[in-house]
Formats: sequence, C-alpha cells, structure tokens
Amino acid sequence: MALELFLEGDPIADTKAPRDVPIGERWSERKFRGKLVNPANRRKLTIIVVGTGLAGGAAAATLAEAGYHVKSFWFQDSPRRAHSIAAQGGINAAKNYRNDGDSVHRLFYDTVKGGDFRSREDNVHRLAEISTQIIDQCVAQGVPFAREYGGLLDNRSFGGAQVSRTFYARGQTGQQLLIGAYQAFERQVAAGSIETHSRTEMLDLVVVDGKARGIVVRDLVTGEVTTHLADAVVLGTGGYSNVYYLSTNAKGSNTTAIWRAHKRGALFANPCYTQIHPTCIPVSGDYQSKLTLMSESLRNDGRVWVPKERGDSRPAHEIPEDERDYYLERKYPAFGNLVPRDIASRQAKNVCDEGYGVGPGGLGVYLDFTDAIQRLGRKAVEAKYGNLFDMYARITGEDPYESGMRIYPAVHYTMGGLWVDYDLQSTIPGLFVIGEANFSDHGANRLGASALMQGLSDGYFVLPNTITDYLSAGPFEKVPADHPAIVEAEAGVHAQVEKFLSINGTRTVASFHRELGKLVWDYCGMERTAESLRKALDRIPEIRKEFWTDVKVAGTATDFNQNLEHAARVADFIDLAELMCIDALHREESCGGHFRAESQTPEGEALRDDENFAYVAAWGWTPEGEPPILHKEALEYEYVHLAQRSYK
Amino acid sequence: MQLTLRVWRQPSPAVKGKMANYHLTDVSPDMSFLEMLDVLNEQLILSGEDPVAFDHDCREGICGSCGLMINGIAHGPEQTTTCQLHMRSFSDGDTIDIEPWRSGGFPVVKDLVVDRSAFDRIISAGGFISAPTGTAPEAHATPVPKVDADAAFDAATCIGCGACVAACPNGSAMLFTAAKVTHLGLLPQGQPERDSRVVRMVAQQDAEDFGGCTNIGECSAVCPKGISMETISRLNHDLLGALRAGAVPTS
Repeated sequence: MALELFLEGDPIADTKAPRDVPIGERWSERKFRGKLVNPANRRKLTIIVVGTGLAGGAAAATLAEAGYHVKSFWFQDSPRRAHSIAAQGGINAAKNYRNDGDSVHRLFYDTVKGGDFRSREDNVHRLAEISTQIIDQCVAQGVPFAREYGGLLDNRSFGGAQVSRTFYARGQTGQQLLIGAYQAFERQVAAGSIETHSRTEMLDLVVVDGKARGIVVRDLVTGEVTTHLADAVVLGTGGYSNVYYLSTNAKGSNTTAIWRAHKRGALFANPCYTQIHPTCIPVSGDYQSKLTLMSESLRNDGRVWVPKERGDSRPAHEIPEDERDYYLERKYPAFGNLVPRDIASRQAKNVCDEGYGVGPGGLGVYLDFTDAIQRLGRKAVEAKYGNLFDMYARITGEDPYESGMRIYPAVHYTMGGLWVDYDLQSTIPGLFVIGEANFSDHGANRLGASALMQGLSDGYFVLPNTITDYLSAGPFEKVPADHPAIVEAEAGVHAQVEKFLSINGTRTVASFHRELGKLVWDYCGMERTAESLRKALDRIPEIRKEFWTDVKVAGTATDFNQNLEHAARVADFIDLAELMCIDALHREESCGGHFRAESQTPEGEALRDDENFAYVAAWGWTPEGEPPILHKEALEYEYVHLAQRSYK
Repeated sequence: MQLTLRVWRQPSPAVKGKMANYHLTDVSPDMSFLEMLDVLNEQLILSGEDPVAFDHDCREGICGSCGLMINGIAHGPEQTTTCQLHMRSFSDGDTIDIEPWRSGGFPVVKDLVVDRSAFDRIISAGGFISAPTGTAPEAHATPVPKVDADAAFDAATCIGCGACVAACPNGSAMLFTAAKVTHLGLLPQGQPERDSRVVRMVAQQDAEDFGGCTNIGECSAVCPKGISMETISRLNHDLLGALRAGAVPTS
C-alpha cells in the first residue's frame, strides 16, 4: 500500500481485575481492594451521567441513591425514551429456575464462546455472576415479567442457548426494564439527588490535567452551548449502528458522545465488531428510514426456509413441504433455527446471494409458523408473539398468521466501543463508559438477551462499585470557568455549528448519511474482504470532503434545529466509518460478527486465527490524514479453552 | 399518491402559529407517515425553507416520542403510533391536517413538537416502587398470580406518548396516571406505597395544566397500546380508599 494504514503503539492491559485469585472470586476481591467513599463525602462529589438508557438510567439512579450529586443529560424529550426501550426478547440470568443444568459458569462459558473468544474472561464472568441479582432488583421495582400460573417467573430458551435462562415481558422486555430504571431515576429526581438536562446533547469532553472533568453540551431547544463540570464523567450513550444509516436503532442513536471522547484520548476498541440481526423486516423502498427488528425469540417457534427452486415466485402457502429448504435445520442439525445470530444472518445472505431469496429484490427468507400454530394452536402463538405479529402486519400489510413472515438481516448492535478496564474506566482517568457504548463483554458477537443484562449489570451493580476507587481521591480541584480547556472546547463546538450553517451546498445531511450507510453496508457489512474494505477506504475521504464542502444545513444556531443535530452526528459517523474499515482490514481473520471472506473453513464457517489475532484492537485517534495508532490488549483464556465454534 | 398537507408551523412558543400548505407527489403507500414527512423536509431544506420540526426516535411504536394530530385524531386514523401509521391508510388526492398535541399541559416547543415533561413530573411524584439497588429479595420470594402480573403488564405498556391528553376534550392526563397507578398497585411489591402513590400522583397531575377527567373515553380510544378505561376506575377506587385512610399528598 502507498500509505501506512495504521501504526502500532504500545500494548495495553487491564490492571484492575485481581488475577491472583480464582475467577469466581475476582469481583468480590476487586470490590474489597478498591477504595470506598465515605457516605458523608459522597454529596460533595458530582458525577455527570450522559444517556438514560438501561446503563445510564440505572447508574444515575443508583449513584444518586448512594448519595452522590448526579447530573444527567439526554437528547430526547424524556429519560424514558432511550433506545433500550425497543429491546424485545428478554434478559438472561443464571437462575437455573428450570433445573436444566444452568449455572453462572455455564452462562459465562456460553457468553465467551458465543463471543467467539474475543472477550475478556474476567468481565464476562462478573456479568454472569451479577445476572441473578438483576432479576431480583427488577422484580422488586415492579417489572411485570411473564409468570406461570403458580405465580413464579417464566423462562424461555433464546438465541442459541440450550438452557431456558431468558426472562421476558411479552415482546417488550426492554420497555419494561427501562421503565423500571426510569422510575428509580425519577424517584431520585424528586429527592433532589439528580439534576436533569433534557433535550441536551454532549458535544465535547473537557479534560483537565489528564482527567475527565466535564462536558460541553448544546441545549437542543435554544442552541445555547454550555460547560458542565464534575469529578467524574460516565457515558452510557449506546451504540453506533446508525453508521449504516439503515439499522434497527432509533433515528437519534449516534456515536457523537463516544467519538468526541475518543478524539480527546479515549481508545476505541474493536470498531469493526458489529452485529447483524437475522430477523428484521426487509427493506421496501428508497424512502426507508429505518429497519424494524422482529425478536429472534420468533426463531424458537418459527422455521426458516427458502424455496428449493431459484426464483420461485409462488406465494409461501402454495409451495409444498418437499419443495422447501429448511436450510438452518439442514446445515446445523443440533441447533437448527437457534444458531447464533451471526451464523443465521450470514446463511440468509448466502441463500439470497445464490438466488433463492424471496420478496422484493430477492432479499428475504421465510420465517414460518405453520407448525407452531398446528402444534400449540393459534391462541398460544398469539399470546407469545401477538405484538410482534401485529407489528409485522402493520408495516407490511400482510398477515403473518396466514403467510408467515419475510425476514432479512439488519444491523442491530455494535460490540465495539470505547475501551474500558475491569472498572469500566476508559484510558482517560475519570471517564467511565457503560452499556453498549463500551466494548467490554460481548467479544466479537453478542448472544441474544445479553444486551439488557450487560446494560443493567454495568449501571446498577458494576459502575457504582468501581467508581468509588477513583472518586476516593476527590473532590478534585475546582476547575475555573475560564480554564483554557473549557474555552477551547466551547470554541470548537461553536466553530463547527457555524461551519455547518455557512456551507450552504447542494446536498442534504440525510443524503450523505444514506450514501455513507450504503457504502459501509456493502463493503464492511455481513461479509468483508480486503478488496471491499480498500474500496470503502478510498471512498470515505471523498465523502468527507464532499460533506464538508457541499452539505446544506437548514435553520439557525439559536433555535430548535433537528437538521443541525443530524449534521454533527453524520460528521462523526464518517470519521468512525473510516476507523471501522481500517480495523476490519487489519483483522485478517473471521470472528463472530466480523466475517472476512478470505478466512473461512471449507464449510464456509468463520475461521479464527488465534495465533495472530487473539487480542482487543484499541485504537488511538490521530488528526485527519495521519494513520491511527493500534494498541493491542492480549486476550488470555484460563477457564474456557479456545476452540473453533461448532453449532453443527 | 399525491397529497396536500396542511401543517402547523410555529417557530417558537412566543410566536403565533399558523397552518401552511404543502403539496407532495410520488408518495408510496408503503411509506410510514413519518417517512412521508421526511420527504417533505428534504424538499423544504433544498428549497431553503425551514423543515418541519417533529419528535420521533425509535420509529417502531415503543419509545413514545412521536405523536401528531392527524385530521383531528391523535395518531391518525389507525389506533397506533404515528410512526406505525402507513400511507396506505390514506387515498390519492387527500388533504391531511397535521397539528401538534393540543393541551395546556403540553406547551408547543416548535411546529409539531411539544413539551411533555409534565408526565415525568407525575411519575416523579410517586410513580415508582422504592427499591434502592441492592436491597431486593430473591425474585421468587413473592409469587405473583399470573392474572395480576398480566393485568399489571397491560397497564405498564403505556409509552407516555400523550395521545390520551391530546384526545381528551378536557385535556386530562387521567389515563396516563391511572395506567401507572394500576401497574404498580396490582403487584404485591407495590402495596406499601399504594395509598401515598395515588394521592401524590393525582396531586401532581392537578398541579400541572391538565383538565379533569369526566369519563368521556376518547383517551382509551386513541391509545396506541389500548390502555383500558378500567385503569381509571382503579385509580378512583384507590384514591377514595387512600383519602379515607388519611393519606395526604405531601411527603
């Protein structure tokens, strides 16, 4: 290559997990070794929490209950709107209520294996330990989980698990868990322990003497730019799936908070690990603004198939049984329709690429409930999935009870995020990152019903216990309002806003976002090759240049301007897309959601290269035109033996 | 499809608003209502006009951000959220009126965007179970009869969109408050605070600029989650019992 793609810097390591004790004791030991903050001192400490989803909302409530002064920021109109609300399927916990052989160790094992051996054992084990406490906590808050007639909690098997460890609230588990966290949050608002900043977006991080000390925000109603200071900053700002434009994320979900922290020095880990969810409603036209997920719990009772004949255009119910290819059941007899997400997604892409797809453009496969309806009765199927079937019917105008569903994969979750240590602290002291915004627990592929578990684990139980070690040295020296770091950060935000409004070009922000999204989907999506990634890396700098010279942003800087909000987010997505492609290009192996076509088994499965790539890729930011710097964190497996995943 | 839109435009709370007319061509019946507005906004931006501001986020009917009065009906002709309404519910040549929620409790921020923070304050007043993190007993310690858990869930599906308030001739927030009172009041975990909860939430609702409930039922008819009027009966039942027992709104 003509130019260096990246430079390699010093290796990096987590130094917080006490590795001198067995894995099952490390979390308690860490809590014991970490310093505490005296209850009387907590009220003197201010913590900024950005985002009010499961992680941010739970953290803000818990820190406020503990006695800290919490300042909470979110861009929506209410803290209850955060995108965690849209999670459908459920939340895992190693309760073993089904007596089916589940345990903390099995959940730990499944999660490490499911993540294709690219996550940290210490973090995952802690997550599995805490999982049971989360269920207790949520039930106490009044989360109405599904129950059986005896009054005890119901469970189901979910997304590739052979045990039934998933707790759920019909198809609205995320909503119910978030409302639980939101109510705990509002209770602390009433108590005066949380100061709220609605419709406020973080646009920069203030770093003073190497420590995260505050954030620069823009009031989305008035346009006013201000700085808020604190002793520590916590980001619970979610994932970056919207880099693909079309994803199952809410329209407002963005990378801006973590990307701007990255530009201030926080390393960004594994950006290329993105998850494509296998069961979404296919695209219907160019105007499409987002994709809608159908919970993968549907795969428990639905059977995935395509016609055996290429281009068979008969309606599904006219294709007889022996002319259908139930390709997941055929290729993976042990797991069948419940293979992990990455496998289900790639297989759907493969059959469609081979010409067997159904629906508009041949980009869809059937998810069929005929057997389930015959076996359980329509009423039972309605009770389990009614809201999902209704949603499907509303969006497509088709009746899924009669015709089944057409589904296709869509981007859903990003395993990558800001690098954090065992304490969830980034490489900037005082900056903590929780939930989907960090990279920590899912490796290269997240298992179903594990996102809610991680968000609440980080927010309720991990961060409030680990942040004390850092805060015990506080309160930190007061930062004057005219500190150069603040002046510089605020000026940067103002300059960007003015720049957007002055370009007055010929293309809308959305048109750039769509173009970028399609490029990343085509070249850094379900399947990546060195060639496709190089094409993307050639094109992204051109898109950036066109964006900054030809975008047209409406309105003014001093009022409610959604177009301006979108412009700033797209600017960051462009930069992130470039890093994603560099990360994907450098990782010359397939693992989890990252499938490099050059690295596959003879059967077409992802082929890892543990010898060369068993590490976390943590990237340091460099100014435009300079190659980013790669820091490797070696991954060691003491308890789960490295093995090629097999779901045959 | 070709459509004429009559849209409420109001640059800020201080400026008087008015309806503006726009014509759209090539609208696909498979577009969602918000995607149709996206198309309008792209055109407005390119022609140098201010796009129409409207709240939206998940676009799958669960976050509760979106909410428009469409031809005088909250969320439009289907009983769903605005984001889940599709253009196949309209006909070629239609004229569609699009307005923000109208209620004293929901002041306009800009165009179709209103301030619904009154709902957060109602929850803040008592819409919770006090269970600080770490204090919870084992989840199976208290069985909950399935019928109660299911009924609590039905009430808990409220998305806080505010359609109930917008549809009510009195601008009452009763269905919203009642849904939360019902959700928590049906569960054993919600019993210790049941009296204080209903009294405080109703007092906060009255302190906001909402009207009183006269059991008209427009709220439930437009609720995208079909929250039942029965929740209001439960609230009144609980309120009466709490007041008789001497509960007062202050802590």
